[in-house]
Formats: sequence, C-alpha cells, structure tokens
Amino acid sequence: MGDTIFALASARGKAGVAVFRISGPLAHQAVGRLCSVPEARRAVVRRLVWQGDVLDEALVLVFDAGASFTGEASAELQVHGSLAVVTAVARTLGEMPGLRMAEAGEFTRRALENGRLDLAQVEGLADLIEAETEAQRRQAMRVLSGAIGRRAQVWRQRLIRAGALIEATIDFADEDVPVDVTPEVLALIDGLTADLQREIAGTTAAERVRDGFEVAILGAPNIGKSTLLNALAGREAAITSEFAGTTRDVIEVRMDLAGLAVTILDTAGLRDTDDRVEQMGVARAMERAQAAELRVFLLTYPDEVLMLTPQSGDIVVLGKADLNPNTPGAISGLTGQGVESLVSRIAERLGTMAASAGAMTRERHRLAMLRAFEALESARSQIEKPGGAAELVAADLRQAMRALDMLVGRLDVENLLDEIFSSFCIGK
Amino acid sequence: MFHVKHFDVVVIGGGHAGAEAAAASARMGARTALVSMRKDRIGVMSCNPAIGGLGKGHLVREVDALDGIMGLAADSAGIQFRLLNRRKGPAVQGPRTQADRKLYREAVQALLSRQSGLEIIEGEVVDLIEGPGGRVEGVELLDGTRLSAGAVVLTAGTFLNGIIHIGDQRKSGGREGDVASIRLGQRLGTLGLARGRLKTGTPPRLDGRTIEWDALETQPGDEEPVMLSFRNRQPLVRQVSCGITHTNERTHDIVRANLGRSAMYGGHIEGVGPRYCPSIEDKVVRFADKTGHQIFLEPEGLDDDTVYPNGISTSLPAEVQFDYVRSIKGLERVQILQPGYAIEYDFFDPSALRPTLESTLSGLFFAGQINGTTGYEEAAAQGLVAGANAAAAVLGRDPLLFSRTESYIGVMLDDLISRGVTEPYRMFTSRAEYRLHLRADNADQRLTPKGVASGLVGPERAQVYAEKMDRLSAGRAMLSSRTWGPQDLLAAGVAVSRDGARRNLLQVLAGADVTWDHICRLEPQAASIDADTRSQVWRDALYAQYLHRQDAEADTLLRNEHVLIPTDLEFPGLPGLSNELAAKLERRRPANLAEAERIEGMTPAALLLILAHCRKSVQSRAAAR
Repeated sequence: MGDTIFALASARGKAGVAVFRISGPLAHQAVGRLCSVPEARRAVVRRLVWQGDVLDEALVLVFDAGASFTGEASAELQVHGSLAVVTAVARTLGEMPGLRMAEAGEFTRRALENGRLDLAQVEGLADLIEAETEAQRRQAMRVLSGAIGRRAQVWRQRLIRAGALIEATIDFADEDVPVDVTPEVLALIDGLTADLQREIAGTTAAERVRDGFEVAILGAPNIGKSTLLNALAGREAAITSEFAGTTRDVIEVRMDLAGLAVTILDTAGLRDTDDRVEQMGVARAMERAQAAELRVFLLTYPDEVLMLTPQSGDIVVLGKADLNPNTPGAISGLTGQGVESLVSRIAERLGTMAASAGAMTRERHRLAMLRAFEALESARSQIEKPGGAAELVAADLRQAMRALDMLVGRLDVENLLDEIFSSFCIGK
Repeated sequence: MFHVKHFDVVVIGGGHAGAEAAAASARMGARTALVSMRKDRIGVMSCNPAIGGLGKGHLVREVDALDGIMGLAADSAGIQFRLLNRRKGPAVQGPRTQADRKLYREAVQALLSRQSGLEIIEGEVVDLIEGPGGRVEGVELLDGTRLSAGAVVLTAGTFLNGIIHIGDQRKSGGREGDVASIRLGQRLGTLGLARGRLKTGTPPRLDGRTIEWDALETQPGDEEPVMLSFRNRQPLVRQVSCGITHTNERTHDIVRANLGRSAMYGGHIEGVGPRYCPSIEDKVVRFADKTGHQIFLEPEGLDDDTVYPNGISTSLPAEVQFDYVRSIKGLERVQILQPGYAIEYDFFDPSALRPTLESTLSGLFFAGQINGTTGYEEAAAQGLVAGANAAAAVLGRDPLLFSRTESYIGVMLDDLISRGVTEPYRMFTSRAEYRLHLRADNADQRLTPKGVASGLVGPERAQVYAEKMDRLSAGRAMLSSRTWGPQDLLAAGVAVSRDGARRNLLQVLAGADVTWDHICRLEPQAASIDADTRSQVWRDALYAQYLHRQDAEADTLLRNEHVLIPTDLEFPGLPGLSNELAAKLERRRPANLAEAERIEGMTPAALLLILAHCRKSVQSRAAAR
C-alpha cells in the first residue's frame, strides 16, 4: 500500500467542525508529530502544535490497522471549521514526509481492497466521490480560466519544449539534433521556477475571494436576474464582500446562504448581439457560469432555449412571477414569491457536494506547484553538475509534468515526440 | 480428401515476428509449425541491415533474456557493433549492430532448425479453419493441405494487400521480390476486424564497388564492442566500418523539381507513414531551410557489395533516384542495384487485442507489423509474446503477461492496446516511464526468472543466469554489509559531504568519480569481485535513489494491472456508470484496471465501481468452486 494519505472528510461548507482523516502506515506518527497520541478508539481533546505554533484545539481519535474504515492504521482530527484552521492543518499534513493529499475516492478504494466494504456500500459512495471529483474539476477550471490559467498554458509549452530537447538528445543521439541543448533547457527551467515561486508565495492571498461555492444566475436580458440577486442579498444579511461591477460585467455577491459560503454571480443576459462589448459580456457570463458549482436558469417561458443548456443538477425556474402570479413554481425577486423555496433548493444542491473542496483544491494546487518547483530545481542542479546525466534531468522534468498535470493538463510522451518531430529532422 | 496434419500451434509467416513466435512456442513445449511461402526467405531483413538501437536494443535484450533468437542471430551476423549513447548513463544506452544480411538469415534458419518440436512447412496459407463458436482451429494451404492447431499466430508483416510504389508505378507485393498474400488478406477481410493502412519506405540499394569510399568520412564500430545477446562476449565475424555522406542543395533541387512524380506526393498513397522515418521528399519539403541531410552508407554483408544508404528512402521514379543519388558526394558514379520504393499494407487495429496478443477471434494471435508497428525488434518481441501465449493457451498454462513497470515489451503491448496506432509504432526509450529501471543491461534480471517459471527459458540459459545472479548477490552483500562515515570515506579519497550520514559501499559507488580502487581501499575483499559483476553492481547502484522515488507510482500501476477485469463483465447497466463511459468500456474491453484507468473520461468513482465488481466476481467464482 505504501504511502499515507489524508483528506478533509467533513462535507458541508462553513460548518462548526471540520474533520481530517488520515490513513496509512504513518497515520499515528503524523498525529504524534502534532500532539501526544491517544489510546485507540478514544476521543480526546488535544492541542495541535506544529513547529512551535498552535494550529488548533482538536478532538483527536486514532484507530489501529484492522479496526478502521480503511482497514489501515488511521486517525481523525476534528478541528474548528474555520478556513484559516482548515488551511493550516492541510498545509501541515501536506508538508510531513510520507504524507500526501488523497485523490478522490482513495479512502474508499483502500477500504474496498482491505475487504471493509461490499459492492452495495461502494455504490452508495460512488455519488459522493463523483461529486468530489466534479467539485475538484470545477475548481481547477475556475483557476484555469483566471490569470493562473493563462500562465499555466505558458508552463505547459515550456515543459514540453524542455522535455523534448532533453529527450531528443537521448533517443536520437545518432541523428541531426543539437548536441548541447543545456542553455535553452536552463532558460526554460529558470522561467518556470521563477513563475512557480511567485505563484506559491501568492496563492493564499490572491485566491481567497474565490472560496466557497459559486452559483450563477442565467437568463435572457431583463428577466429579473439582478432583482433576484438583490432579493437574495436582502434576505440574507451576511454580505461579506460586494462585487466589482465597474470593470467587470459579472457581478459577484458573497453571502452566507443556509450556512454555506456562497458567491452569487449575476451575469449579462444571454443573447446574440452585434454589440462588441455586450458580446464580451455574454462570453464571460458563459465562461464563469460553466465553472460555477451550480446554475440557476430564469426562463421567460417554459420551453425557452438559452445559449447555455442546463447540466444535470442545475435549477431551472420561470422568472417574473409578479407579472403572472398564478404560474406554479415561478419566482419573482420583486415580490419575493418562490425565493424562499429557491434558497432551500440551492442549499440542498450545494449541501450534497463535498464542500471545502475550494480550500483543499487550492492547497492541492499549492502542493503541486511546490513539488514541481522541487523537481525543476533538481533538474537544474543535475544539468549544472559536471557529467550530469540527461536521463536524470529527463526524470526530473517528467516529475514536474506529473506534479502540474492538474494545472497544465496531462502531458505524455506523444506531446514531446510531436515537438521533437516538428523541430528536428529525425530519420535516417 | 487432402492430408491433415496436427499441431498445437501454427505460426504463419517467417519474418522476425514469425521466427520468434515459432521458437517461443516450441520452447514452451508446444508442437509447432511455421508456415512460410519460401523456406529460404525465413529471417530476411527486408529493410535496413541493422539490429538494435535505442529502445530497440532494449527490446532485443528482453527477447534474449527470455531465451529468444534475435540477439543470438544478430551477434552471429554483426559486422559493426556500437553501443549508442555510450557517454550517457546505462539506462539510455542501446546496443546496436550492422548485420550481414545473409549471415543473419542463415543464423535464424539454423537456430530454428535446431529447435526441437518445431517443423517448418513451405506453403501459402489461404484460409483459416474455424471451429464451433468461431474459434480458429487451423489453417489451409494453397495445395489443399490442412494444418489443425489449438492456436494460430499470424505474422503477415507487410504482405497483407501489400502494394509497392515506385513513382507512378505500382504493383502488388509483400516485399521487393516476394508476392503479397492476397487470398489470406481477403479472407481476413471477412472476419470483421477493424483495419487501417500504413506505409513505409526504403532507399535505393547501391553497388558498393562504385562508391568513392576514400572521399568519405567513415564510422568504425566500438573498440570494446557490446553484444546483443547476454550469451556472447565478442563479435564472431570480421568487422567493417560504415561511410557517412550528406545530401546537398543540388540533391534537394532535383527532389523538389520532381515532387509531383513521387508516389507519396503525387497522391498515389493513402497510408500514413512514420514521422521519424521521413522520405527524402518529406525532408526536403518539411525542413526546407536545411542545406544537407546526413546519410549512413551501411554495407549489407561481408561478401556482398550492396550498400544501404540510410536516410534517403523514397518513392520517386527510378530515373530521378539515379539523378539525385549521383548528386551526392562520393556517389557521383554510383550504380543503383535496386530502386527505392514505398510499400503500403494493411494492419489490424491493435486496440482490440488482449495483452497476450490474442485477437477478438478466439485462438488467433497477431504479432508484428500487422499490429501497426515497425521494426524488426518490435516485431520479434511481439512474436515472442504471441508464440509463448498461444502455446500457454493450448497447454492450459497461465498466460505470460508483461507490465509497463518491468519491461519495454510491457510498454509496447500496453501502448498498442490502450492507445491504438496512428502511425507505424516504433519504440523509443522516452516511451518508458520507468526508463531508469528498464535497462538493456538488466533485462535478464527483470525477465529471465519469469521466463524460467513459465517454461519459456531453457535449462542452459537458466543455469547461466543463476550463476550470474549468485555472483551478483554475493557482490552486493559484500558491498552493503558495512557502513562508513564521511570521515573514513574522505580519508579513502571519496568526495562526500560531511553530513554525518553513514553510507554502505553501494551508496558510495553511486557517487560521481568513484572508482573500484576507492572501494577496494575501504573493503580489500572487493578486489575479488570479477569485472562483469563490478560493472553490473555499479549500474544497479547508480539509479537506486531515483528508482526509490518511482516505487510508489510503479506499485499503484502494478496493482491496477493485476486487477483483471472478467471478460464477461457487462459494463452497460452497471449501477452508477454513465452510459457514455459504459459504451467506451464496452468498446475497448480493458483487460485490467490499469487499462481502464487510461480510457478518456474515466472517473475515480467509475474505476472504484469496476474494481468492486471485479472483486465480487472473483469472490462468487471462488464460492462456486
């Protein structure tokens, strides 16, 4: 089995308690590095201390191998549900050697492999895992559609080029390929490490706004999206940050909705238009709406077809109930009709998604960039070493590619070969 | 009534895949027949006269580690040995040799004739015999003879509907001078297997007596030649050098002026050619700013004046070939013995194959170019897999499976099956993610035990291997039994940092600039370790640190490869699996969880469901017993 994995196991967003689960051979040791390890299966309150700093006061539980959910030695840390605590604990665990963040479904897989689950139980968990995967995917998409995404595209190109240059000198030693590729490879590595370093230092601050769920309101122009937004905001007093409306066309309102941190996105009305500025607004609305966790479609009439089609799980309702008060299920931000039930439907939908995905995905990205950074540094020192081996540089570059694949997309040998064959005349 | 003969396994084709398949099947103990159109053409090298190289040399060593014949034949015929990437690390060094065509062919034929349990039959296979349930149960020859068999291995190379192009002339053929297998091609066309079309090219063959060798740079073999087979120590025949020359602007002008007359550029060919083996037409068009391309002039044999100019394959008309070849330095007065040609042929979509190379038709195995690969070495490795597995199936033994984590053979099989091919597939070391482990020098350590266990490796080789391993283990034990601190190491002249860490001699050996003298200063007994064991210990130690990092990843992959998906698991209707994914899974029929994981759009939840079903069916089968 080998490594020890951890993940945030509690589902809901802004809950009072967040539960970290740790499983694998080092689970008890990991707890031991934060506090004294309690007796198995006994919940005790412990202060978690890492490198002299108190992370939180937590309820700590450990389970022995053979007597846990996964069947492996495991542990649970129940900490306070604040974002700061969750992030700090995740970061601490991620920095412990031998520990890594679990992939979606990995706990369940271990439980299954150790004979702790039967087929029916796996089927029961499949939906949850699917939701978690989906949440991670969306979060990644959100990051990629932002500024990091544009940089990640550049990283991708640089990784491909650097990998291709090294591989060309290895696999086509007998051909007409440049013999000394090190200056170009070093320049590419320098560019990558500088970027990654900047990103790693800046992630927490830059992405804080993006925490929580995003819900996009979509519909034709003038259907009452903004009125609905105001109604939602008015009902819930906890508006934590207001929009950016002057420069951006997507208005964001952050609110606490039934206990969940939610950002409502009010988007430009969807329609074909010749107006360049409006076109950009519509494009942006579609892009943000696709990356959101949930979309609420306000329709003018029941069969209306909009430029974006609802995905499964999305909410579709008729708007402007104030004009047709007798339409069942219709809503109106103006009169408040149906808003209450819309709120509970949104909360219900979001509640089923594994929530703190946001914070955890960010931490996942940070760790990924860190791993890539380290691999690239290792590649650089290998190149600079007299007699440094090309195959080891290549191994490090591969490691960097794998670490970053959630940000730059999966890269494999075909990408490198494409670059090699289009750059060099290979072939005897 | 025509005569019927009975075998366990019938192999169709006597190229590199067929020869290796027949030998492997017979080594496994299956009564085997090899059917070839012409006995004297068995083991013919139809393209360049060389075996091995980067990735390819690795494959030859793996075939050799499993007691195959390619390495032995190549060493018998080798006339110029070179270890490619000699100055780089052992993981990316590939042994290669120029091979005397005639000697190679003779060596293969001799090895096959010495193989017990193998009969060679001259004839053209025109039909497959199908038994109840569509199982392939033998073949029928042109003369009406029927050969019955428990399994059939098809290695038809480029002979299936092969068409040879020279300029705007085209003719049917499997290789210059040999007829294509048209009837068998038509018969296979009725089986409903997905097919595609590929092409490959050859250069004109030159008369070496008309080349101005004195005007050319030459490339000799290595001073310390490295053999292809683990069994051999030095070359067996006289060694020669290759010549090197280049194309020039005038060559390119001639090619450019005649592009429209090239079969490839004139639109006569539909098949897709390999990007890594472009014709001279391709080179001139795609790399227009290059003023010269390198050509290796490779002798085809010791008593043969034919020279293979590697680097100028073409499908231009013969007279244009004559003009451009004569524009090249050293070739001003050269005679062409046989014009270059392009050949188009059918292949079957390899993504439908099982990891044993059995096709969707039960009892019918495919190996070599018909699976969309190119190269002798790729063909031989597949032949070995198909032959051994056909035999295993007939003899009721476990299949012989190969993992990406353990061999280039595993990498190739997995690439073919999980990705299919879009161009002729060739091995590169960069295809192997565990490249540092999959070295040519340790192919025997990786594969021979497996070969011994399955019955594929004979007692003689098993014995040699066991002795070698005894020496290696003793050497490793000696070097890892004690540790030294930085102080002692520095005193012995080993450059280490004063980090306080104690190291054993295997770790010391991995350091830069450490020689055996250093080691002996620390452990005088190490002087007794023989030279071969020394270098093997060193190669193994060199990457230890890096290999350790890859272990977890390789473990995961291996675990997934070991979860076999029952062939009767019905994906549509599995609760929790999307229709789209279920349809993809049904189409690809992954053999194990690792293959399933690589299917596009696969999710962790879906993978888990499949795993749960695999476990359930294993349990219910166990309960039923």
